[in-house]
This record gives sequence, C-alpha cells and structure tokens, in this order.
Amino acid sequence: QTLCQQWPYCRKRCSYCNFNTYVVPAVDEATMRACLVREAHTLLRLSQVHSITSVFFGGGTPSLASPHTIAAVLEAVAGAAHLPTNAEVTLEANPSSTDTSRLTGFRAAGVNRLSIGVQSLDDTELRLLGREHTAAEARKAVEAAKGLFPGRTSIDLIFGLPGQSQDTWAQGLEAALGLCDDHISLYQLTLERGTALAAQVRGGTLPLPPQDLLADMYQTARTVLVAAGFRHYEVSNFARKGALSNHNLSYWRADQYIGVGPGAHGRFVPQGEGSCSREARVQTLDPVAWMREVQCQGHGTRSRVVLSPLEQLEELLTLGLRTDEGVTHERWRHFSPQLSLQAVFGVPGEARALQEQGWLLLDGSGLRCTWAGLAVLDSLLPDLLCQLQGR
Amino acid sequence: MALAGRTAAWWARLRSPCPAAAPLCLAGWMPAAGGRWYSCRGKEKLDMSTYPVESIRNFSIIAHVDHGKSTLADRLLEITGTISKTDRNKQVLDKLQVERERGITVKAQSASLFYNHEGINYLLNLIDTPGHVDFSYEVSRSLSACQGVILVVDANEGIQAQTVANFYLAFEAQLSIIPVINKIDLKNADPERVEKQIEKLFDIPTDECIRISAKQGTNVEKVLQKVIEKIPPPQCNTADPLKALVFDSTFDHYRGVVANVALFGGEIAKGNKIVSAHTKKRYEVSEVGILTPNEQPTHKLYAGQVGYLIAGMKEVTEAQIGDTLFLYKQPVEPLPGFKSAKPMVFAGMYPVDQTEYNNLKSALERLTLNDSSVTVHRDSSLALGAGWRLGFLGLLHMEVFNQRLEQEYNMSVILTAPTVPYKAVLSSAKLIKEYGRDEITIINPAQFPDKLSVSEYLEPTVLGTIVTPHEYIGKIIALCQDRRAVQKDMLYIDENRVMLKYLFPLNEIVLDFYDALKSLSSGYASFDYEDAGYQTADLIKMDILLNGNPVEELSTIIHNDKAYAAGKLLCERLKEAIPRQLFEIAIQAAIGKKIIARETLKAYRKNVVAKCYGGDITRRMKLLKRQAESKRLMRKIGNVEVPRDAFIRVLRRETDK
Repeated sequence: QTLCQQWPYCRKRCSYCNFNTYVVPAVDEATMRACLVREAHTLLRLSQVHSITSVFFGGGTPSLASPHTIAAVLEAVAGAAHLPTNAEVTLEANPSSTDTSRLTGFRAAGVNRLSIGVQSLDDTELRLLGREHTAAEARKAVEAAKGLFPGRTSIDLIFGLPGQSQDTWAQGLEAALGLCDDHISLYQLTLERGTALAAQVRGGTLPLPPQDLLADMYQTARTVLVAAGFRHYEVSNFARKGALSNHNLSYWRADQYIGVGPGAHGRFVPQGEGSCSREARVQTLDPVAWMREVQCQGHGTRSRVVLSPLEQLEELLTLGLRTDEGVTHERWRHFSPQLSLQAVFGVPGEARALQEQGWLLLDGSGLRCTWAGLAVLDSLLPDLLCQLQGR
Repeated sequence: MALAGRTAAWWARLRSPCPAAAPLCLAGWMPAAGGRWYSCRGKEKLDMSTYPVESIRNFSIIAHVDHGKSTLADRLLEITGTISKTDRNKQVLDKLQVERERGITVKAQSASLFYNHEGINYLLNLIDTPGHVDFSYEVSRSLSACQGVILVVDANEGIQAQTVANFYLAFEAQLSIIPVINKIDLKNADPERVEKQIEKLFDIPTDECIRISAKQGTNVEKVLQKVIEKIPPPQCNTADPLKALVFDSTFDHYRGVVANVALFGGEIAKGNKIVSAHTKKRYEVSEVGILTPNEQPTHKLYAGQVGYLIAGMKEVTEAQIGDTLFLYKQPVEPLPGFKSAKPMVFAGMYPVDQTEYNNLKSALERLTLNDSSVTVHRDSSLALGAGWRLGFLGLLHMEVFNQRLEQEYNMSVILTAPTVPYKAVLSSAKLIKEYGRDEITIINPAQFPDKLSVSEYLEPTVLGTIVTPHEYIGKIIALCQDRRAVQKDMLYIDENRVMLKYLFPLNEIVLDFYDALKSLSSGYASFDYEDAGYQTADLIKMDILLNGNPVEELSTIIHNDKAYAAGKLLCERLKEAIPRQLFEIAIQAAIGKKIIARETLKAYRKNVVAKCYGGDITRRMKLLKRQAESKRLMRKIGNVEVPRDAFIRVLRRETDK
C-alpha cells in the first residue's frame, strides 16, 4: 500500500506540461498543509490499510513546499497507519528549488529518495521546454542530491524534442550518464493537447520529430544504459544496484494506492465502509475547491468508480506489461483466481500470434514483452484486451 | 425522389390534356389569414374550395448555392403568416439534419402560402429546390411543376455557373422568370453590375430586377406581388375526373406512406376510393391536406392544388413516384410520369458485418422511398459479402445518402470507390450471347470486360459551365486540360468575369474537380454541368493491393493515360490513411499483373506511451478500450487492418468540403 501526495503548484508552467498544476502569486501553505494532513488521515482510515510501504510527493512542484509541510504529512501517515522506518519516501524536485539547505530540510523531514526533473543538460533544450533552470544549475542540484541521498537520487530526462538529432541526444545521454546516480527516467516527449509546445508544432513553427528517429533515439538509450549496467525495468525507467522506484512499481503491479491532494488518483478498497471492491478514485482538481471540500467533509473525493473484475484485469495487463517482469502468474491469480494467464493468452488467437511473431513471451514466470515488443506495446495491447474481453 | 424530384413534371405536362373551361374566379373568401394557419393545426380543417385555379400560383426559387434561396423562402413563409416571425427561422424548409449541418438543401420541400393581394386571396405553392450541382436534376423536375420562377442572384458574387444553368432550365421550360438581386445590405454589394450581367447574359432588362435583402426583409413583399402579377395560374379543371400525380412520398412509422400529390383535375377528399394506375391497387383515402410546410389537413384538395394524402399504403413500394391516382371506376389516362433520375456515380455498399444485412436492407428501402433518385441493385463480392450497387446523382449525393443512413437509421456501411457508368461494345460472340446484346453498361469494376473481347469502350461526358473572375482563367484552363476536357466556349459576362464551357469526361469531375476548382480560384469560380452523352475512351481496370491482396473497394476503371498518375496518388494517399502496423505494408497499384506504383508503409518501431503512472491510468484505459473496440470494426485485407473510412478519405482530396 502506497500513498501519493499531490502538491499542485508550480512557479511557472512548462511548455510541454498539461498536468493539473497552478501558478498562483501566493500559496496559502498553512491551509494546504492542514488539508493534506486531514485528507491523508481520512482516506487512510477509509482504506484501513495497516502499513504504508512508500510515500511519493508529486506535483506540481512539491519541492516548493516547505520541509515543514512534508514532515506534517508524514507524521499524519504515521499516525493513521504503520509507516516502517525503511519505507521509501520520494520527493519530486526541480533543480531551481533544491539548494543544499532545502534538501537537508527535506531529509530531516523524512524524505529518503529524490527524483529531480533535470529534463536536459542543454540550455537551448531547457529553454524550449520552458524550464526555469539552466544545465549548470541542474548539475549542481544533482551533485547536492547525490551527496545527501546517495544511491537514492533519480533524474528525469526528455528526448524527442522538436529539432533534436540522434547525435545531440546521444551526447546528452552521455553527459547524463556522467552525472547520474543509480536511477534514470527517460521520457519521449509527448505533445499533449493544449500545451504551448504542441501548438507550436501544429502551427508549423516547430518540426514534428519523425517517428523513425524517435524509435532510433529510444533504441540508442536502451542500449547505452543497459551497457552501463542499468536494468531496463519499465518502458521509461532504468535502475542499477537495485535502486528501482518501489513506489512506481506498485502502480505497474496494480497494488493499492491512495491519492491525496488536488487531482490525485487512487485505487483502493474502502474497507472502512465495509466494501470489498476496488475503486478508481479522483480527488477534486481545483486546489481551492478541494481545500473547501476537505475542510467540510474531511476529503475532496470527486469521483469514485467501482472497477469490475474485468477492468481490474485490463489495468493489470496494461500496466504489468510495461515492466521487465511482466504480469506474473502469481499476480494474475491474485486478481483472477479462476482463469489462468495460460487459459486466456496461451490459447490460439491474437495473443498467441503475437508470441509467435516474437513480441510477447508466456512462460513459467508469466506474460511479458520481448525486447522488441516493449517498444511497440501500445500496438499489442488492443489485441490483448480484445482477447481478454472475449473470455 | 427526394434528392431529385420532389415536385414533378405535372403542371407543364398538364397543359395539353387540360380543357380550357376553367371555372370562374369567385374571389374566394378566406377564413382570416395570417397566423391562424399554423396555430390551428390539427383542430380545424381548411376549406380549399375557396382557391380556384385562377388564384393559384406555382413557383420555385432557383439560385446558385448560398445566394440566399432558403433565406428568401423563410421570409416568404413569414410574410404570408405560414410560420411565425422569429429569429429562429433559418432554413425552415431544410428539415434534414444533414441539410442544416452542411447548409445545403438536399430534399426539395414544398409549402402552400396564403396571400391577399388587391382584395383577392391567393394560394401560392412554393417549391424549394436543392442548391447543389448534384441535384440539378431535381431542379428541372421542380421547375416542371411551376409556371414561374424567382431567379435569385447574390448582389456581391453576381452570376455564377448554377445561375446560368438554372436560368436555362427555366427558360427552356418557358416559365416566367422574376430576377431578384439579393443581399443588397452587404458592404460589397454591387446590384448595378449584377443587373448588367443579367441583361447581357439573359437578355432581361435591368429595370425588371428586384433588389432585395432577404435577410433583412427589404422588398420581399414586392417579390410576392410580382409572383402574382407575372406568373400565370395553372390550367386545369375541378369538374374533370380526379387525376393526381404522386410527386414525392415519405414514410411515417405510424401512418405509413404519406404521398405528396398534385391535382391535374378533379378533387379528392377523405373517404374517396382511389386506384393506383401503376399497381391497380385500390385504397381508401383517410386524410388529405396541404403542406404549410408541415402537414395541415383540409376537407378536400381541388384541381391545381398541391398537397398530401394518406391512404393506407403500408409498403414503401406502393407509392411510386410519378404514379397517377384516380377515382375507383373513373379511370383516366395516366400522366406520363417521370423518367427516373439518371445516376452519374455508382458505388457498392455492404454491411460492415453480414449479420446487419437485413437491417441495412430495410434502412435502404425506407431511405430510397424518400430518395428515389438512388438506384439499387443487389450485388455480392467475395471479400465484402452480400450487398448492393447503388447509383447516385453525384458524389455529394452519395455522401449525403451515407450520412443520412448513419444519422437517421444508425447504420454504418462499407462503400466502395465510386465509378461512373462506362459502356463497352462487345466483340466476343460468347459475351454477346451471355449478355444478350452487344453493348453493356459497366457500373461495377468487377464486371469490366477484358480488352480482347471488346471493340471499344465508351465513357460518359458532361458539358460543364464555369464562371470565374478573369485572373484565374490560366489556372482553370490548365486544370481543365489536365482533366481531358475540350473547350467549347468562352465569354466575358462583364469586364472581369468569364464564363467557360468545357466538355468533360464525367469521371474526371466526379471526385474532386469541384474542390480543385475552388481551391485554385480561392473559392471564386463556380461550376455546374449537364449530361452530354458518351464518347469512346481508352479504358483499363486498375487494382490496388495491400501486401498483395486486392482491395475491392478501390478497384477502378480509369483512362489509360491517367493510370500511372492515379495509381501513384492513390498509393501515396493510402499510405497516409492507413495507420502503421507491426509489419511493413506494400501498397501497390496494378493493371492486371503489372505493378505500376508502389509505396511502402514501414512497420511501427516504437509505439508505447512514455508515462503511465497512477494519474494516467484511467485516461490510458479509456483510450485503449476505444482502440480495442475500433479494432473489431476494422476492415481486414489479408493481415492488414484498415479503418473503414480510409478508402473514402483517400478518394477525396480534402476531407471536408
């Protein structure tokens, strides 16, 4: 059971981001803090989980919050459920709000893992992305983080920027390898609707990166990082020395998670109400409305939808196949005690054809993508879902 | 009939059999005109005997598309109290969703208007006509129902190709023409220039034009007065036996067939026993009335009047458009009826899923009752199963028909590439024996006979009229030459507008000529065409293959000179329209076994969303489930999955007109 905290504020909106974030002149941090604490408490009680294995402060830019707020939330979690001392507590941080003193404060508050939004080590690219920091600042932030969170500092990188070439990407990757700790997240730029970058590409002022180039960049990255000793454990995530993100793994394994804060998503069984069905929950998006709701009723849950057994399996399949371990027999059985993985995907049909074509593997440990299959997972999933729905 | 032919050829044809003895005009008293007509619907029946033929006027409004025909119709309906005056009256006669969405009139409507002029109450029957080239056939039918027309010309755009075509239709039918210059409220309006164009081209004195703004209602009343003064009444007699022409029909789920009729003689009322001259079946009339434009029951309908009747016809096939109805035991010589509309474009239509065959069949039957210009032949294909080969008046007609199937009957279908009706003169004795004749019409590329058994192929042609500002002449001439057209005429209609006439092979204009013309003239050139017979042509059949498997929907008959370019273009467009898949796809154009063009759609090398964390899952699942759902509806050619709309998209240059 994990807990994800949303801090919805940013100092500036990045050109590629369509997350639920807000840029406001002054954040009422005291109220925000009180509400995060209260909602965490309410939802933890509702879920009746005994133990929280990881906490993730995401956003927005949670590193803009004060260490005091982080500490208060962690105290609330520890008060409502068991929070073991070795629980993974990750904070998403921007290089522009992570000087050593702040980082020390976060560490003192209980944070033990840092995920830094470096995105690029090239100033031109950073400007294109609308980031607030320079490459030099990013380097400094990562060095400082490595000192305080050795072996537990992750960096985010983006590739596939308009105009980026295979060579510049390879150089950027090399620079990142020289800087990084033991975890890297590599994201192909997604041109989300409504973002400034997408508008520029659509308007023709920026070129759309060709599909084949993106595929080449991805293959290069996979090859280079694996050669450097990293395990490619999820589509966009790489770790060495076992420094995987346990929190994120819990999403891909379809564990229960509780989302706290404006726009946070959750998947858990509200046992506190006597229910035994897994629900998909979303908290109110707008921070002001969310705070009002938390103050009135203790939580800002805006929607809750009971997931049918089929929907739970669809999610497990979609998420699980993103990882190198895939969907294990054990995990599948947990959601589907009657119908085995073999019975659904081992029989003649599309899934078997995909196995024969070398995109998928079904063996003693479970169902997973091959090296080639992982890169085209989204072309495999519709067929797999069709076959699952047919059973 | 709908698309074509709503109102038929009745009055004009009637002139001959009608005895001259028209009843005296009794200056009929009319029950308080105005707003009452629409508000009392269903409560009180109208007495139509107060409208002798002398007080009846039958007229159409004709215009180039967007010159304001429907707006003028709205105003006329308002002034005569047929509909109440509100801001919401926009294209009242355009009842179909597709008409309102596309801003075009597809199915002509008629409406009876009541208007008092100099103490006499008149019954004015307005027959709205469709506004697109494809439906010009219906315009001519509508015109033959009239004694006069209002010719509307935009004060800013001036005479356009359809204005010319419509004028000649009216002129040749010897109708009274009332020229109206619309949109004089617009900033760039130049009514004087338009009046001069009308004088030059149509030989109508400039002072006969009425300058109006249908939008603002300026001078619209004057138009009505001119209709009464200039258009003669129909000639026919109530004392004669009943002779009613079915000029349109609609199917109502509750009441069965509603037949729109025009009375060429006699009268008709509820309880009358009538006989169909076509089927010889007998019916009892349960309701008669007029269209205002909604159905308004009346006691009777009399000679010269236009209205509807319901007579317990249950089957769509019972109300043949063009049929004559007469009283039981009082048979009359049937009216000539209509020549059926001549389809210009044929395409195969198949259910996406064969289990939907019967549903699609009944939807087609119902829709073709309202649109009898569509011809339907059963057809079947190895790849697509059982279906039909439909004939349409043009590509827009085909799209509109398809859209109506979707919107009104919730049916999705597979449509094959449209083809024009080619002919082949056979030389093979075996084939001649098989067909029973030596010349055949080919409406399906699958039936294209091999060159070895044919002495010559023929293709249909049309005479096209283009009106354009002179600065585009060069580009337009080049376009026409590229389309194998031959220039027949070129005339300046004023200092800077030119009218061109070209003889085109029909297949060269069916698909995208209009779009091409519009785009190279920034939208200023207009186009209309009429049938011009057949000419010999060097034709071949071209197939499109996906990984070696033929795509039946895209097989086309094409001119030899155009095959390479067309094959290349089709392959290129298909490459854009088919999503990448896990394997490479060869897209080829072939003539017989010879490959003439090839494009390669490379395999997907990367297709996986970068981020999928807690907050992304719900959205992700929704998208994936939609993809899984649409996969079921994909057309599979070999192992290649193709979205169903891909073929029709590749056949058009622009997706949106």
